[in-house]
Amino acid sequence: MSPEFAASWLGDSWPQWLQATVLYGVIAVVLFISIILMMAFLTLIERRVIGSIQARIGPNRVGFNGIGQPFADVLKLLVKEIIIPANASKLLFIVAPLLALVPALCTWAVVPFAPGFTIADVNAGLLYILALTSAGVYGVILAGWSANSKYAFLGAMRAAAQMVAYEIAMGFALVGVVMAAGSLNLGEIIEAQRGGPLSYFFWWLIPLFVVYFISGIAETNRAPFDVVEGESEIVAGFHVEYSGMAFAVFFVAEYVNMILISALTSIFFFGGWLSPFEGYPLPSWLAWLGAPSFIWLFVKVWFFLFCFLWFRATFPRYRYDQIMRLGWKVFIPVTLVWIFVEGLLWYFKIGPWAGA
Amino acid sequence: MTLTEILFYTFSAVLIVAAVGVITARNPVHAALFLVLAFCNSAVLWLLMEAEFLAIVLVLVYVGAVMVLFLFVVMMLDINIAQMREGFTRYAPLGIIVALLVIAEIASVVWVKRLGLEEAAPAVFAAGPDYSNTRALGELLYSKYLYPFELAAMLLLLAIVAAITLTMRRRRGAKQQDVAAQVAVRPQDRVRLVKMQPEK
Repeated sequence: MSPEFAASWLGDSWPQWLQATVLYGVIAVVLFISIILMMAFLTLIERRVIGSIQARIGPNRVGFNGIGQPFADVLKLLVKEIIIPANASKLLFIVAPLLALVPALCTWAVVPFAPGFTIADVNAGLLYILALTSAGVYGVILAGWSANSKYAFLGAMRAAAQMVAYEIAMGFALVGVVMAAGSLNLGEIIEAQRGGPLSYFFWWLIPLFVVYFISGIAETNRAPFDVVEGESEIVAGFHVEYSGMAFAVFFVAEYVNMILISALTSIFFFGGWLSPFEGYPLPSWLAWLGAPSFIWLFVKVWFFLFCFLWFRATFPRYRYDQIMRLGWKVFIPVTLVWIFVEGLLWYFKIGPWAGA
Repeated sequence: MTLTEILFYTFSAVLIVAAVGVITARNPVHAALFLVLAFCNSAVLWLLMEAEFLAIVLVLVYVGAVMVLFLFVVMMLDINIAQMREGFTRYAPLGIIVALLVIAEIASVVWVKRLGLEEAAPAVFAAGPDYSNTRALGELLYSKYLYPFELAAMLLLLAIVAAITLTMRRRRGAKQQDVAAQVAVRPQDRVRLVKMQPEK
Protein backbone atom coordinates (compact mmCIF):
# COMPACT_ATOMS: atom_id res chain seq x y z
CA MET A 1 0.00 0.00 0.00
CA SER A 2 1.52 3.26 -1.02
CA PRO A 3 0.67 6.98 -1.00
CA GLU A 4 0.56 6.89 -4.80
CA PHE A 5 -2.26 4.36 -4.59
CA ALA A 6 -4.16 6.71 -2.26
CA ALA A 7 -3.60 9.61 -4.64
CA SER A 8 -4.96 7.64 -7.59
CA TRP A 9 -8.20 7.04 -5.72
CA LEU A 10 -8.80 10.34 -4.01
CA GLY A 11 -7.24 12.79 -6.45
CA ASP A 12 -4.45 15.27 -5.79
CA SER A 13 -6.54 18.02 -4.25
CA TRP A 14 -6.44 16.48 -0.78
CA PRO A 15 -3.40 16.88 1.47
CA GLN A 16 -1.36 13.72 1.60
CA TRP A 17 -1.78 12.93 5.29
CA LEU A 18 -5.56 13.22 4.95
CA GLN A 19 -5.54 10.91 1.94
CA ALA A 20 -3.56 8.32 3.84
CA THR A 21 -5.77 8.60 6.92
CA VAL A 22 -8.99 8.29 4.95
CA LEU A 23 -7.71 5.44 2.82
CA TYR A 24 -6.35 3.38 5.71
CA GLY A 25 -9.40 4.19 7.79
CA VAL A 26 -11.75 2.89 5.10
CA ILE A 27 -9.62 -0.22 4.53
CA ALA A 28 -9.45 -0.92 8.25
CA VAL A 29 -13.22 -0.59 8.66
CA VAL A 30 -13.92 -2.82 5.64
CA LEU A 31 -11.44 -5.38 6.95
CA PHE A 32 -12.93 -5.23 10.44
CA ILE A 33 -16.45 -5.81 9.13
CA SER A 34 -15.40 -8.67 6.87
CA ILE A 35 -13.50 -10.40 9.69
CA ILE A 36 -16.45 -10.03 12.06
CA LEU A 37 -18.80 -11.40 9.37
CA MET A 38 -16.44 -14.29 8.74
CA MET A 39 -16.34 -14.95 12.48
CA ALA A 40 -20.15 -14.84 12.69
CA PHE A 41 -20.55 -17.42 9.94
CA LEU A 42 -17.75 -19.49 11.44
CA THR A 43 -19.90 -19.96 14.56
CA LEU A 44 -22.76 -21.20 12.38
CA ILE A 45 -20.51 -23.42 10.28
CA GLU A 46 -18.94 -24.79 13.45
CA ARG A 47 -22.30 -25.88 14.79
CA ARG A 48 -23.39 -27.35 11.48
CA VAL A 49 -20.09 -29.17 10.87
CA ILE A 50 -19.88 -30.60 14.38
CA GLY A 51 -23.54 -31.47 14.10
CA SER A 52 -22.95 -33.46 10.95
CA ILE A 53 -19.87 -35.16 12.45
CA GLN A 54 -22.00 -36.20 15.41
CA ALA A 55 -24.85 -37.30 13.14
CA ARG A 56 -27.29 -34.55 14.12
CA ILE A 57 -28.59 -31.56 12.18
CA GLY A 58 -27.48 -28.45 14.04
CA PRO A 59 -29.21 -25.06 13.86
CA ASN A 60 -31.25 -24.87 10.63
CA ARG A 61 -34.34 -22.87 11.62
CA VAL A 62 -33.36 -19.19 11.23
CA GLY A 63 -33.43 -18.31 7.55
CA PHE A 64 -32.38 -20.66 4.77
CA ASN A 65 -30.47 -23.58 6.35
CA GLY A 66 -29.87 -21.52 9.51
CA ILE A 67 -28.05 -18.71 7.73
CA GLY A 68 -29.63 -16.14 10.02
CA GLN A 69 -28.52 -17.95 13.19
CA PRO A 70 -25.45 -15.75 13.92
CA PHE A 71 -27.58 -12.61 13.72
CA ALA A 72 -30.21 -14.12 15.99
CA ASP A 73 -27.45 -14.96 18.48
CA VAL A 74 -26.06 -11.43 18.36
CA LEU A 75 -29.53 -9.98 18.89
CA LYS A 76 -30.07 -12.22 21.87
CA LEU A 77 -26.74 -11.28 23.43
CA LEU A 78 -27.33 -7.57 22.76
CA VAL A 79 -30.56 -7.42 24.71
CA LYS A 80 -29.22 -9.39 27.68
CA GLU A 81 -28.17 -7.55 30.79
CA ILE A 82 -24.45 -7.25 31.58
CA ILE A 83 -24.11 -8.27 35.21
CA ILE A 84 -21.12 -6.98 37.14
CA PRO A 85 -20.60 -9.18 40.21
CA ALA A 86 -20.43 -7.61 43.66
CA ASN A 87 -16.82 -7.07 44.85
CA ALA A 88 -15.56 -7.33 41.30
CA SER A 89 -12.81 -4.98 40.22
CA LYS A 90 -15.18 -2.96 38.01
CA LEU A 91 -12.79 -1.20 35.66
CA LEU A 92 -10.71 -4.30 34.97
CA PHE A 93 -13.86 -6.37 34.62
CA ILE A 94 -15.03 -4.14 31.78
CA VAL A 95 -11.59 -3.62 30.20
CA ALA A 96 -10.69 -7.35 30.17
CA PRO A 97 -12.87 -8.35 27.16
CA LEU A 98 -11.44 -5.43 25.20
CA LEU A 99 -7.90 -6.49 26.07
CA ALA A 100 -8.73 -9.89 24.60
CA LEU A 101 -10.27 -8.51 21.41
CA VAL A 102 -8.02 -5.57 20.52
CA PRO A 103 -4.72 -7.50 20.06
CA ALA A 104 -6.61 -10.14 18.05
CA LEU A 105 -7.81 -7.45 15.62
CA CYS A 106 -4.60 -5.38 15.60
CA THR A 107 -2.59 -8.35 14.34
CA TRP A 108 -4.46 -8.24 11.01
CA ALA A 109 -2.60 -5.04 10.15
CA VAL A 110 0.47 -6.94 8.95
CA VAL A 111 -1.28 -9.90 7.31
CA PRO A 112 -0.86 -9.87 3.51
CA PHE A 113 -4.21 -10.66 1.87
CA ALA A 114 -3.22 -10.49 -1.77
CA PRO A 115 -0.03 -9.65 -3.70
CA GLY A 116 0.97 -6.16 -2.52
CA PHE A 117 -2.05 -5.72 -0.29
CA THR A 118 -1.07 -5.30 3.35
CA ILE A 119 -2.31 -2.51 5.57
CA ALA A 120 1.10 -2.05 7.17
CA ASP A 121 4.01 -3.63 5.32
CA VAL A 122 6.24 -3.81 8.41
CA ASN A 123 9.78 -5.15 8.21
CA ALA A 124 9.49 -6.96 11.52
CA GLY A 125 5.94 -8.15 10.83
CA LEU A 126 6.45 -11.60 12.27
CA LEU A 127 7.80 -10.19 15.54
CA TYR A 128 4.84 -7.82 15.68
CA ILE A 129 2.48 -10.79 15.41
CA LEU A 130 4.31 -12.68 18.13
CA ALA A 131 4.23 -9.65 20.43
CA LEU A 132 0.52 -9.01 19.94
CA THR A 133 -0.59 -12.62 20.27
CA SER A 134 1.37 -12.86 23.51
CA ALA A 135 -0.41 -9.73 24.78
CA GLY A 136 -3.78 -11.38 24.18
CA VAL A 137 -3.43 -13.47 27.33
CA TYR A 138 -4.05 -10.39 29.50
CA GLY A 139 -7.73 -10.32 28.65
CA VAL A 140 -8.14 -13.86 29.92
CA ILE A 141 -6.06 -13.39 33.08
CA LEU A 142 -7.70 -10.12 34.05
CA ALA A 143 -11.18 -11.45 33.35
CA GLY A 144 -10.49 -14.32 35.71
CA TRP A 145 -9.00 -12.18 38.43
CA SER A 146 -11.33 -9.19 38.34
CA ALA A 147 -14.52 -11.26 38.57
CA ASN A 148 -13.64 -12.23 42.16
CA SER A 149 -14.79 -15.78 41.58
CA LYS A 150 -12.88 -18.99 42.32
CA TYR A 151 -13.91 -20.73 39.11
CA ALA A 152 -12.97 -17.77 36.95
CA PHE A 153 -9.66 -17.43 38.78
CA LEU A 154 -8.76 -21.08 38.30
CA GLY A 155 -9.54 -20.70 34.61
CA ALA A 156 -7.30 -17.64 34.39
CA MET A 157 -4.40 -19.44 36.08
CA ARG A 158 -4.70 -22.35 33.68
CA ALA A 159 -4.85 -19.94 30.75
CA ALA A 160 -1.74 -18.08 31.84
CA ALA A 161 0.33 -21.24 32.26
CA GLN A 162 -0.91 -22.80 29.04
CA MET A 163 -0.52 -19.76 26.83
CA VAL A 164 2.97 -18.93 28.08
CA ALA A 165 4.07 -22.55 27.52
CA TYR A 166 2.77 -22.79 23.97
CA GLU A 167 3.97 -19.34 22.95
CA ILE A 168 7.54 -20.55 23.32
CA ALA A 169 6.97 -23.52 21.02
CA MET A 170 5.19 -21.24 18.57
CA GLY A 171 8.05 -18.74 18.61
CA PHE A 172 10.63 -21.46 17.97
CA ALA A 173 8.55 -22.87 15.12
CA LEU A 174 8.52 -19.40 13.56
CA VAL A 175 12.31 -19.15 13.96
CA GLY A 176 12.44 -22.08 11.53
CA VAL A 177 10.17 -20.22 9.09
CA VAL A 178 12.35 -17.12 9.32
CA MET A 179 15.45 -19.23 8.66
CA ALA A 180 13.83 -20.65 5.54
CA ALA A 181 12.55 -17.30 4.24
CA GLY A 182 15.42 -15.09 5.35
CA SER A 183 13.00 -12.32 6.30
CA LEU A 184 10.62 -11.24 9.05
CA ASN A 185 8.30 -9.56 6.56
CA LEU A 186 5.20 -11.66 5.88
CA GLY A 187 5.01 -10.65 2.21
CA GLU A 188 8.62 -11.72 1.68
CA ILE A 189 7.97 -14.99 3.51
CA ILE A 190 5.24 -15.74 0.96
CA GLU A 191 7.45 -14.64 -1.96
CA ALA A 192 10.12 -17.07 -0.75
CA GLN A 193 7.65 -19.94 -1.30
CA ARG A 194 7.03 -19.12 -4.96
CA GLY A 195 7.30 -21.92 -7.53
CA GLY A 196 4.35 -24.26 -7.12
CA PRO A 197 3.07 -26.24 -4.16
CA LEU A 198 6.28 -28.28 -3.91
CA SER A 199 8.24 -25.22 -2.82
CA TYR A 200 5.96 -24.41 0.09
CA PHE A 201 7.80 -24.44 3.40
CA PHE A 202 5.46 -27.18 4.58
CA TRP A 203 7.56 -29.94 3.00
CA TRP A 204 10.82 -29.02 4.66
CA LEU A 205 9.31 -27.83 7.92
CA ILE A 206 6.71 -30.54 8.57
CA PRO A 207 7.60 -30.90 12.28
CA LEU A 208 7.47 -27.13 12.73
CA PHE A 209 4.13 -26.97 10.93
CA VAL A 210 2.66 -29.62 13.23
CA VAL A 211 4.04 -27.85 16.30
CA TYR A 212 2.84 -24.45 15.10
CA PHE A 213 -0.70 -25.50 14.27
CA ILE A 214 -1.23 -27.52 17.44
CA SER A 215 0.27 -24.70 19.53
CA GLY A 216 -2.10 -22.38 17.69
CA ILE A 217 -5.04 -24.49 18.82
CA ALA A 218 -3.69 -24.38 22.37
CA GLU A 219 -3.14 -20.61 22.15
CA THR A 220 -6.75 -20.01 21.17
CA ASN A 221 -7.89 -22.33 24.00
CA ARG A 222 -9.86 -24.50 21.63
CA ALA A 223 -10.69 -28.15 22.14
CA PRO A 224 -8.85 -30.41 22.89
CA PHE A 225 -6.88 -27.77 24.83
CA ASP A 226 -9.87 -26.00 26.37
CA VAL A 227 -9.18 -26.76 30.04
CA VAL A 228 -9.32 -22.98 30.43
CA GLU A 229 -13.07 -23.25 29.98
CA GLY A 230 -13.34 -26.79 31.31
CA GLU A 231 -17.14 -26.97 31.63
CA SER A 232 -17.07 -30.14 33.68
CA GLU A 233 -14.71 -28.83 36.38
CA ILE A 234 -14.77 -25.03 36.44
CA VAL A 235 -18.12 -24.31 34.76
CA ALA A 236 -16.91 -21.95 32.02
CA GLY A 237 -13.54 -20.85 33.35
CA PHE A 238 -12.45 -17.25 33.04
CA HIS A 239 -15.69 -15.93 31.53
CA VAL A 240 -18.12 -17.62 33.92
CA GLU A 241 -19.21 -14.25 35.38
CA TYR A 242 -19.67 -12.51 32.03
CA SER A 243 -23.04 -12.11 30.38
CA GLY A 244 -24.54 -10.43 27.35
CA MET A 245 -22.22 -8.48 25.05
CA ALA A 246 -19.28 -8.65 27.49
CA PHE A 247 -19.30 -12.41 27.03
CA ALA A 248 -19.84 -11.98 23.30
CA VAL A 249 -16.65 -9.93 23.04
CA PHE A 250 -14.63 -12.84 24.47
CA PHE A 251 -16.40 -15.12 22.04
CA VAL A 252 -15.54 -12.85 19.11
CA ALA A 253 -11.91 -12.65 20.27
CA GLU A 254 -11.62 -16.44 20.37
CA TYR A 255 -13.01 -16.87 16.85
CA VAL A 256 -11.00 -13.98 15.40
CA ASN A 257 -7.91 -15.63 16.87
CA MET A 258 -8.89 -18.91 15.23
CA ILE A 259 -9.15 -17.19 11.84
CA LEU A 260 -5.85 -15.46 12.50
CA ILE A 261 -4.01 -18.69 13.36
CA SER A 262 -5.45 -20.32 10.23
CA ALA A 263 -4.33 -17.37 8.10
CA LEU A 264 -0.84 -17.37 9.63
CA THR A 265 -0.45 -21.13 9.21
CA SER A 266 -1.34 -20.85 5.54
CA ILE A 267 1.01 -17.89 5.10
CA PHE A 268 3.98 -19.45 6.90
CA PHE A 269 3.72 -23.01 5.61
CA PHE A 270 1.38 -23.06 2.60
CA GLY A 271 2.32 -20.00 0.60
CA GLY A 272 -0.52 -17.70 1.65
CA TRP A 273 -2.01 -16.11 -1.48
CA LEU A 274 0.18 -18.16 -3.86
CA SER A 275 -1.74 -20.44 -6.17
CA PRO A 276 -1.32 -24.21 -5.75
CA PHE A 277 -1.55 -24.54 -9.56
CA GLU A 278 1.36 -22.20 -10.12
CA GLY A 279 3.89 -23.54 -12.59
CA TYR A 280 1.55 -26.17 -14.07
CA PRO A 281 0.45 -25.82 -17.69
CA LEU A 282 -3.16 -24.61 -17.68
CA PRO A 283 -5.48 -23.91 -20.63
CA SER A 284 -5.87 -20.19 -21.24
CA TRP A 285 -9.43 -20.00 -19.89
CA LEU A 286 -8.14 -21.42 -16.60
CA ALA A 287 -5.10 -19.16 -16.42
CA TRP A 288 -6.58 -17.27 -13.46
CA LEU A 289 -6.21 -20.46 -11.41
CA GLY A 290 -2.45 -20.17 -11.68
CA ALA A 291 -2.29 -16.53 -10.64
CA PRO A 292 -1.69 -15.62 -6.99
CA SER A 293 -4.78 -14.03 -5.50
CA PHE A 294 -6.85 -13.53 -2.38
CA ILE A 295 -8.98 -16.57 -3.24
CA TRP A 296 -6.17 -18.99 -2.45
CA LEU A 297 -5.57 -17.49 0.97
CA PHE A 298 -9.31 -17.68 1.60
CA VAL A 299 -9.47 -21.36 0.60
CA LYS A 300 -6.46 -22.26 2.72
CA VAL A 301 -7.81 -20.34 5.73
CA TRP A 302 -11.12 -22.19 5.53
CA PHE A 303 -9.33 -25.50 5.29
CA PHE A 304 -7.51 -24.84 8.57
CA LEU A 305 -10.68 -23.49 10.18
CA PHE A 306 -12.34 -26.75 9.22
CA CYS A 307 -9.44 -28.58 10.91
CA PHE A 308 -10.15 -26.58 14.10
CA LEU A 309 -13.75 -27.80 14.06
CA TRP A 310 -12.76 -31.31 13.06
CA PHE A 311 -10.34 -31.60 16.00
CA ARG A 312 -12.94 -30.26 18.37
CA ALA A 313 -15.42 -32.93 17.32
CA THR A 314 -12.82 -35.71 17.30
CA PHE A 315 -10.52 -35.49 20.32
CA PRO A 316 -11.34 -35.74 24.02
CA ARG A 317 -10.07 -32.92 26.22
CA TYR A 318 -6.46 -33.13 27.38
CA ARG A 319 -5.74 -33.40 31.07
CA TYR A 320 -3.90 -30.36 32.46
CA ASP A 321 -0.58 -32.12 33.20
CA GLN A 322 -0.66 -33.72 29.75
CA ILE A 323 -1.01 -30.27 28.19
CA MET A 324 2.02 -29.02 30.10
CA ARG A 325 4.04 -32.10 29.19
CA LEU A 326 3.20 -31.76 25.50
CA GLY A 327 4.12 -28.08 25.46
CA TRP A 328 7.34 -28.13 27.41
CA LYS A 329 8.73 -31.64 26.96
CA VAL A 330 7.65 -32.52 23.42
CA PHE A 331 7.12 -29.42 21.31
CA ILE A 332 10.05 -27.32 22.47
CA PRO A 333 12.65 -30.11 21.98
CA VAL A 334 11.13 -30.97 18.59
CA THR A 335 11.43 -27.38 17.40
CA LEU A 336 14.97 -27.02 18.76
CA VAL A 337 16.09 -30.20 16.98
CA TRP A 338 14.48 -29.13 13.73
CA ILE A 339 16.09 -25.70 13.85
CA PHE A 340 19.43 -27.50 14.16
CA VAL A 341 18.52 -29.76 11.22
CA GLU A 342 17.60 -26.68 9.21
CA GLY A 343 20.99 -25.20 10.03
CA LEU A 344 22.65 -28.35 8.66
CA LEU A 345 20.45 -28.27 5.53
CA TRP A 346 21.45 -24.67 4.97
CA TYR A 347 25.13 -25.45 5.52
CA PHE A 348 25.14 -28.32 3.05
CA LYS A 349 22.84 -26.45 0.63
CA ILE A 350 20.07 -29.04 0.53
CA GLY A 351 16.41 -28.44 -0.32
CA PRO A 352 15.16 -24.83 -0.44
CA TRP A 353 18.68 -23.59 0.20
CA ALA A 354 20.18 -25.33 -2.82
CA GLY A 355 20.44 -22.12 -4.79
CA ALA A 356 21.43 -19.90 -1.87
CA MET B 1 5.47 20.83 17.21
CA THR B 2 5.79 18.01 14.73
CA LEU B 3 3.68 14.88 14.93
CA THR B 4 6.66 12.96 16.30
CA GLU B 5 7.09 15.45 19.13
CA ILE B 6 3.39 15.35 20.02
CA LEU B 7 3.54 11.55 20.11
CA PHE B 8 6.73 11.61 22.15
CA TYR B 9 5.35 13.94 24.82
CA THR B 10 2.01 12.12 25.01
CA PHE B 11 3.54 8.71 25.47
CA SER B 12 6.23 10.00 27.84
CA ALA B 13 3.52 11.60 29.99
CA VAL B 14 1.59 8.33 30.13
CA LEU B 15 4.83 6.49 30.85
CA ILE B 16 5.60 8.72 33.83
CA VAL B 17 2.05 8.46 35.16
CA ALA B 18 2.24 4.67 34.83
CA ALA B 19 5.64 4.56 36.55
CA VAL B 20 4.28 6.61 39.45
CA GLY B 21 1.29 4.30 39.52
CA VAL B 22 3.55 1.27 39.94
CA ILE B 23 4.85 2.51 43.28
CA THR B 24 1.69 4.21 44.56
CA ALA B 25 -0.98 1.65 43.67
CA ARG B 26 -2.22 -0.11 46.79
CA ASN B 27 -3.27 -3.27 45.05
CA PRO B 28 -0.24 -5.25 43.81
CA VAL B 29 -2.19 -6.45 40.77
CA HIS B 30 -2.90 -2.85 39.79
CA ALA B 31 0.79 -2.04 40.32
CA ALA B 32 1.79 -4.90 38.01
CA LEU B 33 -0.68 -3.65 35.38
CA PHE B 34 0.76 -0.13 35.64
CA LEU B 35 4.15 -1.71 34.96
CA VAL B 36 2.72 -3.35 31.83
CA LEU B 37 1.44 0.05 30.72
CA ALA B 38 4.86 1.56 31.36
CA PHE B 39 6.52 -1.16 29.24
CA CYS B 40 4.10 -0.57 26.37
CA ASN B 41 4.73 3.16 26.43
CA SER B 42 8.49 2.81 26.50
CA ALA B 43 8.15 0.41 23.56
CA VAL B 44 6.36 3.20 21.68
CA LEU B 45 9.17 5.62 22.57
CA TRP B 46 11.66 3.17 21.09
CA LEU B 47 9.51 2.90 17.97
CA LEU B 48 9.74 6.67 17.62
CA MET B 49 13.54 6.29 17.66
CA GLU B 50 13.26 3.73 14.79
CA ALA B 51 14.38 0.90 17.07
CA GLU B 52 11.49 -1.33 16.07
CA PHE B 53 13.23 -4.58 16.97
CA LEU B 54 13.93 -3.51 20.55
CA ALA B 55 10.43 -2.09 20.91
CA ILE B 56 8.70 -5.26 19.75
CA VAL B 57 11.01 -7.49 21.77
CA LEU B 58 10.26 -5.39 24.86
CA VAL B 59 6.55 -6.06 24.38
CA LEU B 60 7.14 -9.70 23.45
CA VAL B 61 9.43 -10.58 26.36
CA TYR B 62 8.37 -8.29 29.18
CA VAL B 63 4.68 -7.74 28.47
CA GLY B 64 4.01 -11.11 26.88
CA ALA B 65 5.98 -13.41 29.15
CA VAL B 66 7.62 -11.88 32.23
CA MET B 67 4.66 -9.79 33.39
CA VAL B 68 2.21 -12.63 32.76
CA LEU B 69 4.18 -14.82 35.14
CA PHE B 70 4.49 -11.87 37.53
CA LEU B 71 0.72 -11.39 37.53
CA PHE B 72 0.32 -15.12 37.90
CA VAL B 73 2.23 -14.98 41.19
CA VAL B 74 0.94 -11.63 42.42
CA MET B 75 -2.69 -12.64 41.91
CA MET B 76 -2.27 -15.64 44.16
CA LEU B 77 -0.66 -13.69 46.99
CA ASP B 78 -2.80 -12.84 49.94
CA ILE B 79 -1.18 -9.56 50.88
CA ASN B 80 -1.76 -7.82 54.16
CA ILE B 81 -1.14 -4.15 53.43
CA ALA B 82 -0.65 -3.16 57.06
CA GLN B 83 2.06 -5.79 57.40
CA MET B 84 3.78 -4.51 54.28
CA ARG B 85 3.84 -0.97 55.61
CA GLU B 86 5.56 -2.06 58.85
CA GLY B 87 9.15 -1.97 57.62
CA PHE B 88 8.72 1.30 55.71
CA THR B 89 10.70 3.59 58.04
CA ARG B 90 13.37 0.98 58.65
CA TYR B 91 14.12 0.50 54.94
CA ALA B 92 13.53 4.11 53.90
CA PRO B 93 17.23 5.21 54.14
CA LEU B 94 18.36 2.30 51.99
CA GLY B 95 15.60 3.05 49.50
CA ILE B 96 16.60 6.71 49.30
CA ILE B 97 20.24 5.76 48.65
CA VAL B 98 19.23 3.42 45.82
CA ALA B 99 16.96 6.08 44.34
CA LEU B 100 19.74 8.68 44.46
CA LEU B 101 22.13 6.25 42.78
CA VAL B 102 19.68 5.63 39.96
CA ILE B 103 19.09 9.37 39.51
CA ALA B 104 22.86 9.93 39.41
CA GLU B 105 23.23 7.23 36.76
CA ILE B 106 20.50 8.70 34.58
CA ALA B 107 21.92 12.16 34.99
CA SER B 108 25.36 10.94 33.99
CA VAL B 109 23.91 9.37 30.83
CA VAL B 110 22.23 12.65 29.97
CA TRP B 111 25.51 14.44 30.62
CA VAL B 112 27.45 12.01 28.46
CA LYS B 113 25.00 12.68 25.66
CA ARG B 114 26.00 16.32 25.82
CA LEU B 115 29.57 15.32 25.00
CA GLY B 116 28.65 15.16 21.34
CA LEU B 117 27.81 11.49 20.96
CA GLU B 118 24.89 12.27 18.67
CA GLU B 119 27.25 13.90 16.23
CA ALA B 120 29.45 10.83 16.39
CA ALA B 121 26.58 8.55 15.40
CA PRO B 122 24.40 10.48 12.96
CA ALA B 123 23.91 7.46 10.71
CA VAL B 124 21.58 5.81 13.19
CA PHE B 125 19.02 8.57 13.04
CA ALA B 126 19.25 9.25 9.33
CA ALA B 127 18.06 5.84 8.21
CA GLY B 128 16.13 5.45 4.98
CA PRO B 129 12.80 3.63 4.62
CA ASP B 130 14.53 0.40 3.59
CA TYR B 131 16.68 0.36 6.70
CA SER B 132 15.95 -2.69 8.82
CA ASN B 133 16.83 -2.28 12.45
CA THR B 134 16.46 -6.02 12.97
CA ARG B 135 18.91 -6.88 10.22
CA ALA B 136 21.45 -4.32 11.46
CA LEU B 137 21.25 -5.66 15.01
CA GLY B 138 21.55 -9.23 13.79
CA GLU B 139 24.60 -8.46 11.68
CA LEU B 140 26.35 -6.77 14.58
CA LEU B 141 25.42 -9.42 17.15
CA TYR B 142 26.56 -12.33 15.00
CA SER B 143 29.75 -10.79 13.68
CA LYS B 144 31.38 -8.07 15.74
CA TYR B 145 29.89 -9.01 19.10
CA LEU B 146 29.64 -12.77 18.53
CA TYR B 147 31.68 -13.83 21.58
CA PRO B 148 30.02 -11.49 24.11
CA PHE B 149 26.66 -12.56 22.68
CA GLU B 150 27.41 -16.26 23.01
CA LEU B 151 28.81 -15.70 26.50
CA ALA B 152 25.61 -13.97 27.53
CA ALA B 153 23.61 -16.85 26.07
CA MET B 154 25.71 -19.37 28.01
CA LEU B 155 25.22 -17.37 31.21
CA LEU B 156 21.46 -17.38 30.70
CA LEU B 157 21.44 -21.11 30.00
CA LEU B 158 23.51 -21.66 33.15
CA ALA B 159 21.04 -19.57 35.13
CA ILE B 160 18.12 -21.61 33.80
CA VAL B 161 19.79 -24.92 34.65
CA ALA B 162 20.80 -23.62 38.09
CA ALA B 163 17.31 -22.34 38.85
CA ILE B 164 15.75 -25.65 37.87
CA THR B 165 18.21 -27.77 39.85
CA LEU B 166 17.79 -25.53 42.91
CA THR B 167 14.02 -25.75 42.94
CA MET B 168 13.46 -29.29 41.73
CA ARG B 169 12.93 -31.71 44.56
CA ARG B 170 12.06 -35.32 44.09
CA ARG B 171 9.82 -36.48 46.87
CA ARG B 172 10.22 -40.08 47.88
CA GLY B 173 7.27 -42.20 47.00
CA ALA B 174 5.68 -39.59 44.74
CA LYS B 175 3.69 -41.20 41.98
CA GLN B 176 4.64 -40.26 38.45
CA GLN B 177 3.34 -41.12 35.06
CA ASP B 178 5.49 -43.02 32.66
CA VAL B 179 4.00 -41.89 29.38
CA ALA B 180 6.06 -44.30 27.29
CA ALA B 181 4.72 -47.21 29.31
CA GLN B 182 1.18 -45.87 28.96
CA VAL B 183 1.47 -45.58 25.22
CA ALA B 184 2.99 -49.05 24.93
CA VAL B 185 0.05 -50.69 26.66
CA ARG B 186 -1.74 -53.38 24.66
CA PRO B 187 -5.34 -54.39 25.17
CA GLN B 188 -4.21 -57.91 26.10
CA ASP B 189 -2.42 -56.54 29.20
CA ARG B 190 -5.49 -54.82 30.53
CA VAL B 191 -8.56 -56.66 29.39
CA ARG B 192 -9.20 -60.35 29.83
CA LEU B 193 -11.93 -61.64 27.61
CA VAL B 194 -13.75 -64.50 29.24
CA LYS B 195 -16.02 -66.72 27.29
CA MET B 196 -18.93 -67.75 29.45
CA GLN B 197 -21.59 -70.26 28.73
CA PRO B 198 -25.07 -68.80 29.10
CA GLU B 199 -26.66 -69.97 32.32
CA LYS B 200 -29.68 -72.15 32.15
